[in-house]
Amino acid sequence: MAIPIKYNLRNLRVRWRSTIATALGIALTVAVFVMVMALARGLKATYVNTGDARNLLVMRKGSTAESSSQIERSKVLRFKYHDEIARNERGDPVVSPEIIVLIQLDRIGGGNANVLVRGIGPIGLELRPNVKLIEGRLFQPGLAECIVSRKIASRFAHCRVGETFRAGKRTWRVAGVFDATKTTYESEIWTDADEVREAFSRSFYGSVLLRPKDAAAGEALIKRLEANKDLFVRVLPESEYYKEQTKNAGPIQFMGGFLAVIMSIGAAFAAMNTMYAAVGARTREIGTLRVLGFRRRDIYLSFLLEAVLLALVGGALGCLASLPINGMATGTMSWTTFSEVAFEFRITGELLAKGLAFAVVMGVLGGLLPARVAARKPVLDALRSA
Amino acid sequence: MDQPIVQIRELSKVYQHGDIEVVALNGISLDIGRGEFVALMGPSGSGKSTLLHIIAGIDRPSNGRCVVEGTDVGDLSETELAAWRKQHVGFVFQTFNLIPVLTAFENVELPLLLTGLSARERRDHVEAALELVGLADRMRHLPRQLSGGQEQRVAIARALVTDPTLLVADEPTGNLDAHSAADVLALLQTLNRDAGKTVVMVTHDPKAAAHARRMVHLEKGELLNGG
Ligand SMILES: Nc1ncnc2c1ncn2[C@@H]1O[C@H](COP(=O)(O)OP(=O)(O)OP(=O)(O)O)[C@@H](O)[C@H]1O
Ligand SMILES: [Mg+2]
Repeated sequence: MAIPIKYNLRNLRVRWRSTIATALGIALTVAVFVMVMALARGLKATYVNTGDARNLLVMRKGSTAESSSQIERSKVLRFKYHDEIARNERGDPVVSPEIIVLIQLDRIGGGNANVLVRGIGPIGLELRPNVKLIEGRLFQPGLAECIVSRKIASRFAHCRVGETFRAGKRTWRVAGVFDATKTTYESEIWTDADEVREAFSRSFYGSVLLRPKDAAAGEALIKRLEANKDLFVRVLPESEYYKEQTKNAGPIQFMGGFLAVIMSIGAAFAAMNTMYAAVGARTREIGTLRVLGFRRRDIYLSFLLEAVLLALVGGALGCLASLPINGMATGTMSWTTFSEVAFEFRITGELLAKGLAFAVVMGVLGGLLPARVAARKPVLDALRSA
Repeated sequence: MDQPIVQIRELSKVYQHGDIEVVALNGISLDIGRGEFVALMGPSGSGKSTLLHIIAGIDRPSNGRCVVEGTDVGDLSETELAAWRKQHVGFVFQTFNLIPVLTAFENVELPLLLTGLSARERRDHVEAALELVGLADRMRHLPRQLSGGQEQRVAIARALVTDPTLLVADEPTGNLDAHSAADVLALLQTLNRDAGKTVVMVTHDPKAAAHARRMVHLEKGELLNGG
């Protein structure tokens, strides 16, 4: 680097108005990029957190989501007592036939949204040790009781302990509130699976969650169940299933990426404009540097570097601006269940680095042509310019 | 006398302006010896700057040769020319042309960044050069914090710092008041006389030219009385 960086830094400082204006454009783009990616990551992390690698999920063969799977009650009985399945202290197999249905609930403060109701077996909670009751008590099967996640309790009307809401053929009473932070369960209402089937007139379960004795038993069980043509099921580790669900973040990521690309084009043009102006204003300096013996390449690199530094200022501002949303909670529609999934924005160092890299790309794109113009100016013409 | 440092033979420069050809220099032959202080004089448009630019390796002859210390400047590529300039030429501009965002010290240091000198060596050279032009106490000042005369002295320090073969100046006093002009001319004279620098200076001011040891008159692109 023949021409010192301080030359570029000071020029950026001297024309601070245009530097800031241009940097803000880049900052906005980087902030949008970082936020959307933080959103997608948060959503993905929520799905990934939800699945427990020790559990197996049984769905109908061909189903890619719990919501589209159906399993007859009689089939559950045919594998519920298999040896490979773990037993709890009472000697019951750790198997939870489950069903999910969508209901509409009123939000506190108006409007409504789809909420996912999960009917679980009596053992459903044992399979999910991370989910903890924090208020009230567990629902009692047969009494049309339910437990709701903390987020649902705080976001939806009639979802506090003791309150009731109508859904299906029943009026449900909220018996307790559970905490399932950072998992998709945080957006669910749980109650008894058989009551859900009855209230919503379903003759099938949707899926079965179970715990094999150990990993080896799990593998054996997967083979055994999938080999059984009559059962017609697909069995996979629960963690895998939720990993698959991360594709729900795809549309957001795509839209965000698209938006960021469009914005970046604008920001790169703004940077280009600024750099053209800088080259124009410093034409005689360029001539002088050339007379001193600096080569075209030195001039080129110097202006390109200046554009990149400018973009980095913007990138840093954008990253800073996006930081406050880290950990902020929000919700989005899941494309497989069509219910709302609550999750937190997640900004990581790696994501910030990507944001900065994105800014650098804008700087390079904005700087290439002006730097080329600067480098190509004939020395004498440059010297003669005012 | 030694081999001349600059040998110009039958040098012409023609500018093409659409259909019109402007003959800026027409068959110039001129030798400049080591340690000379030459004033290039002549009316406006006579080709003084053009000749100086060719000697300094920032313009090329249309015809003829300009050999500086054995190198025909016209034979060099762009990149070679840039390298040649940094080694052989110190250029002083009428408008000083200091980099506004760099301090006096940093401006003088610029050409040294193209050499392999260490930061320490560079500092020593820069300080010596600024000392020589009498501005050692202004090293940390930006150009806008200096008077015109001081700016030009910094520019001279920048031209000197690499110890080039030739010091060339295009109307170095053109933008200065009489007092500052006298300072700058005295400085160039000192550099020539005491440091043995070869100086080529364009001017149309006879008082300025009087500081030189030799005057060369140009008119309409040709040398008067053979140089
Ligand atoms: N790039 C160019 N294109 C066309 N003509 C040019 C160009 N540069 C110089 N000329 C012409 O060449 C001639 C000599 O110009 P030059 O600048 O060398 O004169 P000068 O003696 O330095 O004049 P001044 O005292 O006004 O600086 C002029 O007629 C000028 O118009
Ligand atoms: Mg001139």
